[in-house]
Amino acid sequence: MNAMIPAFDPHAVLVAPWTENLSLFGWIAAMGFAVTSACGLVGNYLMLRRMALMGDAVSHSVLPGLVAAFLVTSSRGTLPMFAGALAAGVFTTIAIESIHKLTRVKQDAAIGITFSTLFAIGVVMTSLYAAQVDLDADCVLYGEIAFVPLEPMVSVGGVVLGPVPFVRMAAVLLMVGLLIVAFYKELLVSAFDPGLARSLGTNPTLMHYGLMAALSVVVVSAFESVGAILVVAMLILPGATASLLSTRLSRVHLLSLVHAAISSWLGVTLGVWLDCSIAAAMVVAGALLFALVWIVSPSEGLIARWRRRRRAVLPSALSDDSNPVPEAK
Amino acid sequence: MSDPYAPLEIHDLTVAYHKKPVLWGVDLVIEPGRLIGIVGPNGAGKSTLIKACMGLLPLQSGWVKFFGESFHKMARRVGYVPQRESVDWDFPVNVMDVVLMGRYGRLGVLRRPSKADRSVARACLEKVHLLPYANRQIANLSGGQQQRVFLARALAQEADIYFMDEPFAGVDAATEAAIIAVLRELRDMGKTLLVVHHDLPTARQYFDDLLLLNMNVVAFGKTADVFTAELLQKTYGGRLTILSEVAQALGAHGASR
Repeated sequence: MNAMIPAFDPHAVLVAPWTENLSLFGWIAAMGFAVTSACGLVGNYLMLRRMALMGDAVSHSVLPGLVAAFLVTSSRGTLPMFAGALAAGVFTTIAIESIHKLTRVKQDAAIGITFSTLFAIGVVMTSLYAAQVDLDADCVLYGEIAFVPLEPMVSVGGVVLGPVPFVRMAAVLLMVGLLIVAFYKELLVSAFDPGLARSLGTNPTLMHYGLMAALSVVVVSAFESVGAILVVAMLILPGATASLLSTRLSRVHLLSLVHAAISSWLGVTLGVWLDCSIAAAMVVAGALLFALVWIVSPSEGLIARWRRRRRAVLPSALSDDSNPVPEAK
Repeated sequence: MSDPYAPLEIHDLTVAYHKKPVLWGVDLVIEPGRLIGIVGPNGAGKSTLIKACMGLLPLQSGWVKFFGESFHKMARRVGYVPQRESVDWDFPVNVMDVVLMGRYGRLGVLRRPSKADRSVARACLEKVHLLPYANRQIANLSGGQQQRVFLARALAQEADIYFMDEPFAGVDAATEAAIIAVLRELRDMGKTLLVVHHDLPTARQYFDDLLLLNMNVVAFGKTADVFTAELLQKTYGGRLTILSEVAQALGAHGASR
């Protein structure tokens, strides 16, 4: 059969990556999980603030920050990269706010102007300084997670922690997790009700910039392995899927982690089977999970909705409790 | 409650949006233990006044003092009920989570609400008859119930002065009665309440004092003294529908005497 889909070899696809090839695919899956869960946790707050597009903005505008950091320090070290990304992320945020506040241009258009311009500047800088800057456009857009296991290993006191990008990403994930635990209530109230937050003494503007700084750090650590485009999906998919399953923020966070774990495992599987970019396969897997949850979720799912509608045909099923008054929006 | 200072003192307050003043020259001294209605036409700056007092909007000039201090120092003693539409009710929190937010101002950074905070929150939910709904997702509430969640959250703040932005907007009669009962109870405890209100006839019944506002203070005083056709006309200008509403309200009141 001249198949459009490669043959499915159960051993090679389902078993080998986790046995004989574990040293390769184990790190890829671990990196996938670290990237997707760190992105997912930060992304949850972007979604709650209806700023999902800010992820798009920051992920693209990080590029000129990185190039500038290379040019200034002529190093690809973690610190200059983080500094460049942070500067770019904060600059993006300020630029968007300024355009939106000082002109008639609305926020979505301001985001569009800012990130496309900054990304273009990044592309111009990459071509202009091609000799000094070793950045390839494909890598910028899609990343190459398969290279992660080939990076030098970090070990502390004889214990191998993993390849450099994974260790860096895991540290970022840990930082994001700790920040969320530490500032849970401040993040919650400033996303839900900025007016109340301010009246309670929390500064929503500070929280906004803090979130954008965290986003920049997450994006830059994820950049190399998943690229500017796929990182956007990883910011949004875990939380979007989780929010169809739970209506408590703490549970949405935990479910985002579950989504990240399943989509990285499934992504490796798909990637091996179809012999394609594993990062892209992880995003496809994450989207499949979203679709699945959309259909079967007990509260929000299409099946549940269809069943409820059938039941609601009986007038006796209508009571004040089960049918909230629809909001006039 | 033996403060030597008034709960709220506003001096020469001016607020502008894009250089266009929306509120100017507001001078007010609010006494403790009063239930005060803020009324005026759309765009009169009612919400703006509240937000400016709480530092949510920049002031063009003037100052605001709570118990003789800046808002920042007294934030814990100030409770706030925003307009119901100002938040996203699909937010992944339940009723209890929202009421507990009222306790956040008392908790330090890194601190979680304690058992004591939870029992305060439960008592506040009880007061607005929402205790059975404590674990419900806030999207699955009627408009009136959502408004009562906000009220419970404000109660949980255990503040001394409250700002409420149209707490009666779009609620059913039962909720309206429940809310006004709670407001009166707070007033009787010596708290000060400033409530933005839209409906003139009920404004007359509900509030001890009225602040008639139309970009500046038209009148402020006991409801009986300021709820006059002349002052209301000055506040609302020549808007016929409102004026007939006023006439009706005044007429109904006269007839019931």
